[in-house]
Amino acid sequence: MSTAALASDMRTLKVKIKRYNPELDEAPHWEEYTTEADPLDRVLDVIQKVKWYQDETLALRRSCAHGVCGSDAMRINGVNALACKILVRNVKGDTLTLEPILGLPVIKDLIVDMKPFFDHYKSVMPFLINDEPAPTTERLQSPADRARFDETTKCILCACCTTACPPFWSDNKYVGPAAIVNAHRFIFDSRDRGAQERLDILNDAEGVWRCRTVFNCTSACPRDIKVTQAISEVKRALLGGSIEMDRDPLQIIEA
Amino acid sequence: MAYSGIGRKVRPNGGFELAWWFFMRISGLMLVFLALGHLTITHLINSVENINYAFVASRWADPQSGWIWRLWDLTMINLAVLHGFNGLRQILWEQILSPSKRVIASTIIWGLAAVLIIGGSYSILLFQENREYIQKWKAEREAARFAQSARHIQ
Repeated sequence: MSTAALASDMRTLKVKIKRYNPELDEAPHWEEYTTEADPLDRVLDVIQKVKWYQDETLALRRSCAHGVCGSDAMRINGVNALACKILVRNVKGDTLTLEPILGLPVIKDLIVDMKPFFDHYKSVMPFLINDEPAPTTERLQSPADRARFDETTKCILCACCTTACPPFWSDNKYVGPAAIVNAHRFIFDSRDRGAQERLDILNDAEGVWRCRTVFNCTSACPRDIKVTQAISEVKRALLGGSIEMDRDPLQIIEA
Repeated sequence: MAYSGIGRKVRPNGGFELAWWFFMRISGLMLVFLALGHLTITHLINSVENINYAFVASRWADPQSGWIWRLWDLTMINLAVLHGFNGLRQILWEQILSPSKRVIASTIIWGLAAVLIIGGSYSILLFQENREYIQKWKAEREAARFAQSARHIQ
């Protein structure tokens, strides 16, 4: 392909960004930029182009830029996603609208204060609890036992799910989908012994019962975790008192 | 190694919100059949034009099947009111965060629900049909049918 053909693929994008500088602004406001973008550019590339060549005051969080660290979660054209995982060719229309994720206090521009999010995360004790004497080797686990919670190990704590959740927008005391996903990761781990304590914490009006099965979390998750399903499994464990599965989890993964 | 799940039993938790969640599941499932059945009978099998006091009264007054219709309607109205008002409570609880305002909202919600439940259950359980009216209605309906068929013959 010639350079000319490549150049013709370039698109002119109008980038609308919700800006807020706490030292200057009383309230957030929209600012517009125009930039050229390659269809294979990521949204993150477009934002950095704006920041590097047009307005260096634009503040955003990003680290690995490859969908692993989860620091560039934002609302892209009204939908929560990681800016490093959305390509320009998947942006509909000529306008790219960027906002900070909802439900958390904005520090500056696209950066939000993640403390409330991590406080909820910590409240479910997201670490292995096992007081039994440690074996001389590893705590062994069958592939099937490992598969039981495989889905929820994928979480990168980007907050896309929690800040896509309508109950969380209005009620920030709600523990949120991400915290429940991380509780699920340990509740259903055969090596863990803290399931009862975690379930007691989640059996609360502001725990799993604030979940309205809106499914926004599932569609927002950049790691494709079935978040609503994980929450439902916790609800069922609370009701039935069993954290076993009626089918072999390995077969579900293979299917 | 197969799926073991050793030590995988926990105490079933109880509690207000869990009970409501379970109720919403069960009542929702029952309402699918009750409400869709009701819709089919009153709007598809019968025409809306023919449904009036006499239709309902004769159905409830039937010596054989009357209790089934009364039980159906009683279950449906009570489940629908509780299911609906609890849904309303959960939605409002997202917006109303102060405990004192929640008390006021609860009072209004459950007061309204109580009025509907008591009123509905009272009507269904203690209903006495007006036999004369039903007889008159049936006679009129027959006469109308006869007149219609007579018109067809002409």
